[in-house]
Amino acid sequence: MKTNMSNDLQYKVIVGLEIHVQLCTKTKMFCGCAVEFGAEPNSRVCPVCLGMPGVLPVMNKQAVEYAIMVALALNCEVPKFTKWDRKSYYYPDLPKNYQISQYDLPLGSNGFIEIPFESGDTKKIRIIRAHLEEDAGKNLHTAGNFSQVDLNRTGTPLLEIVTEPDMNSGAEARALAVELQRMVRFLGVSVADMQKGHMRFEPNINLIVTKDGAEHKTPIVEVKNLNSFRALERSIDYEVQRQLDEFLDTGRTMEMGNKSTRGWDGEKEVTVLQREKEEAHDYRYFPEPDLVPVEVTGKWLDDIRSQLCELPIKKQIRFVTEYGLSDYDAGVLTAERPTAEFFELAVKAGGDPKRVCNLVTQDYQKLANEKGCSIADLGVSPEKIAQLATMITGGVVSATASSTIAAISVADLDKTPEEIAAKHNLIQKSDAGELEQIVDQVLKENAKAVEDVASGSKKSNKARGFLLGQVMQKTKGQANPKVVSEILDKKLKSFSS
Amino acid sequence: MPNKLLNTGCKELRDKIASGQIKSITATQTVFDAIEKYEPAIGAYISTFKEQALAKAGEIDNKIAAGEPVGQLAGVPVAIKDNMCTTFGATTCASKILENFHAPYNATVVEKLLTADAVIIGKTNLDEFAMGSSTENSGLKKTVNPWDTNRVPGGSSGGSAAAVASRLCFAALGSDTGGSIRQPASLCGVVGLKPTYGRVSRFGLVAFGSSLDQIGPVTRTVADSALMMDVIAGHDPADSTSVDEAAAPVCDYLEKIDEPVEKLKIAVVPQFNAGADKQVQKSIADAIDVYKKLGADIIEINMPHLDYAIAAYYIIATAEASSNLARYDGVHYGHRTENPKDYIEVYSKSRAEAFGKEVKRRIMLGTYALSSGYYDAYYLKALKVRNLIRGDFTDAFEKCDCIVMPVSPTTAFKIGEKIDDPLTMYLSDIYTIAANLAGIPAISIPCGFDNNNLPIGLQILAPAFAEDKLLRIARMYENQTDWYKRKPPMIS
Repeated sequence: MKTNMSNDLQYKVIVGLEIHVQLCTKTKMFCGCAVEFGAEPNSRVCPVCLGMPGVLPVMNKQAVEYAIMVALALNCEVPKFTKWDRKSYYYPDLPKNYQISQYDLPLGSNGFIEIPFESGDTKKIRIIRAHLEEDAGKNLHTAGNFSQVDLNRTGTPLLEIVTEPDMNSGAEARALAVELQRMVRFLGVSVADMQKGHMRFEPNINLIVTKDGAEHKTPIVEVKNLNSFRALERSIDYEVQRQLDEFLDTGRTMEMGNKSTRGWDGEKEVTVLQREKEEAHDYRYFPEPDLVPVEVTGKWLDDIRSQLCELPIKKQIRFVTEYGLSDYDAGVLTAERPTAEFFELAVKAGGDPKRVCNLVTQDYQKLANEKGCSIADLGVSPEKIAQLATMITGGVVSATASSTIAAISVADLDKTPEEIAAKHNLIQKSDAGELEQIVDQVLKENAKAVEDVASGSKKSNKARGFLLGQVMQKTKGQANPKVVSEILDKKLKSFSS
Repeated sequence: MPNKLLNTGCKELRDKIASGQIKSITATQTVFDAIEKYEPAIGAYISTFKEQALAKAGEIDNKIAAGEPVGQLAGVPVAIKDNMCTTFGATTCASKILENFHAPYNATVVEKLLTADAVIIGKTNLDEFAMGSSTENSGLKKTVNPWDTNRVPGGSSGGSAAAVASRLCFAALGSDTGGSIRQPASLCGVVGLKPTYGRVSRFGLVAFGSSLDQIGPVTRTVADSALMMDVIAGHDPADSTSVDEAAAPVCDYLEKIDEPVEKLKIAVVPQFNAGADKQVQKSIADAIDVYKKLGADIIEINMPHLDYAIAAYYIIATAEASSNLARYDGVHYGHRTENPKDYIEVYSKSRAEAFGKEVKRRIMLGTYALSSGYYDAYYLKALKVRNLIRGDFTDAFEKCDCIVMPVSPTTAFKIGEKIDDPLTMYLSDIYTIAANLAGIPAISIPCGFDNNNLPIGLQILAPAFAEDKLLRIARMYENQTDWYKRKPPMIS
């Protein structure tokens, strides 16, 4: 994917990602404290997560299972035996001054994720590893001369996922992030709420510039701690331009030790230098002696595998092939697992897939948005939506009337769409005999218009529309326009011949 | 007759208290009278809780008077090493960095003692963070050997051993990372048991070397040791390294204590014992003769990797310590330097000001051993040696029930004698370290005195989770000898 600038200057963007995903366990990774966002500072802590003298960690098995679920969904190898390691560094938000993490035996390695593009194409991005660790607390710098530390987040289970540098643009990195969010939500292992910092991204970016036939690699830049898709994409796009400019300006290329770290200024939309040279970090990893190694037995792995659902991208592709939906529609339906499942239940209940899709993604999605809930939570059963779809397909109600029925169905949960349509006079008149009488009457009352149609002149189409409108008016809009149209054309034909 | 009361065994005292023959409050008051008299000279305690202890003793007496059931240590005054967390008093680890640290929770063993209705009378001195073999590294106070106040009590559980030896409590808890229960027990002429790694919960024991640390009893008799084990042993869900009782059942140690081990087969390691002081060697040989007379088979074995135990130990223990002690940084609790320039100085100055010399030395050793580029050569290699030593013991226990050897190459040495020579000091642990590396239980029992009337200890090592057998073997010896009945001259 070379971007053409001129004949003698081209460049390729290389992006790898490190992603932290907060798992939605009830309690922390190594103690019984609740995982809760926004609580009073230092109110969700205990001697264990505070790192008090003498405390010992106890592994949260649920967190390990969630991590393995993600590893499996990422097509990773899951080791039969793994362990915990201590990663040492001093920082005030890390009470033990070491983090319990995984060093040489991550819970997942050598996997890949497929990311979808709007074009309907997909791309495989290789996953190097996925490992479980405990989160640190937060340093707050709002109290003048002092910094304060909130340790509520300390010990929250965090899954770190590292990709190969297989992405070639900010848009691709964003697509991966969005796909990963959709995946962990489908699996039910993370709320993945950006606003709450449940997903954090750190892209590594550089360029391979081809100039005058020679290849040059620009120094790698790591952008720290991004917590929105927009920041991820924009910071990469910004870096691409900045690195290209810098290369053209200085000719600097990648060498040992000149990887730098930058932060993202979301207001100015620029990256800002944090550390010029990558520090020679020595985390002094060694096996955590306070925890026993984890044996991932075949049975346990099978149990976890049985909890996996169909992954969103698979579902999306299947919706296209099985139900004949557009890739766009399938994408919208599979953005959230409850919506996708609701859709499929309605189809299984007999609704035409395309009609159900329109009802779900348009009418009911709008109603759900208004209520601030998911479609499944609206309380309207998939069977009712299937019934409504079938009514549209069968011409029993018009598309316009179906929106009205949808709105009423949410307010009046006891009634079926058929009952609502009947009660509110929304059923289309499709009886040919009845409609023929009305058409005859309209033709009789509007001889001039009939003449205009028959004349075949410019006025012809307009006159036909007028006659149709008159019929609709007489039936208070309940006539099936398709049936009326057919009758009208048959009658008018007889006039002109 | 306070002396007679103070010489009572834990089980006897408990039964007399439970049956109303002796009041716990009397026993407790008697102990505090003795503390008042001898503690200024001995310095075994960092803190004592007289009022609280007497109140607790009174409560237990009331329970007994009311006919309520009471625990296995009902009313018995006991002490704990000051590296176990208690909600009462401070938990200092004999370090200035934790001098005013008050733990918000009780260690599991403390909870177990309280559940057994023991009366906790105080917390004993130790080498700072249990790092040392003489208790001279305490940052807070000096403890001497009750047998000769110019000499060290051993360490790191020197306070517990000195307190038990001088009858300033009926039993105590110590912790043993490389000999810290057994060596001071030997030097003070009392019984010290290091249980199998995983037998007793470490939750609430301030960590030194997490893969080596184990809590155990310091008592005057083997029977008391068994009783203490009955109270403290067992799985703890809060300690993942404590062993599942389905895999290794906890025995009723005291109940079985007087069942001799039939066809007892004892191994000695001649190559290894040769380094000990002649008088120590003689006492060990005499002890072996006692077992011979009881019908035991004595075999000689070779343990090829024991010579590397000290080297491996000082890599593993210091590596773990460097990480375990990282949390004492002045940020969250403990000593904080005044007027730091920035947060880095909060760390560097707080730690520089409050840690003692030996602790700093070990943090540096351990940090070095774990550093990139050195990890494989030091830490990883030490782990391999550790596995080889484990293998030596596995092989040995196929041929015998237990192994006997000295606890310490010498009897109690003079205060100040080794303090400036860390390597010589580290060699004090030469016989005790292997049990920690292998995770197996080992006991030190009194087996004689040298020409200076200083106690000598016999060490018996048994296979993992064979504490019951180990205690029974020790008891067989104890029943034949009366070394354990001797009292330090200063309290006689």
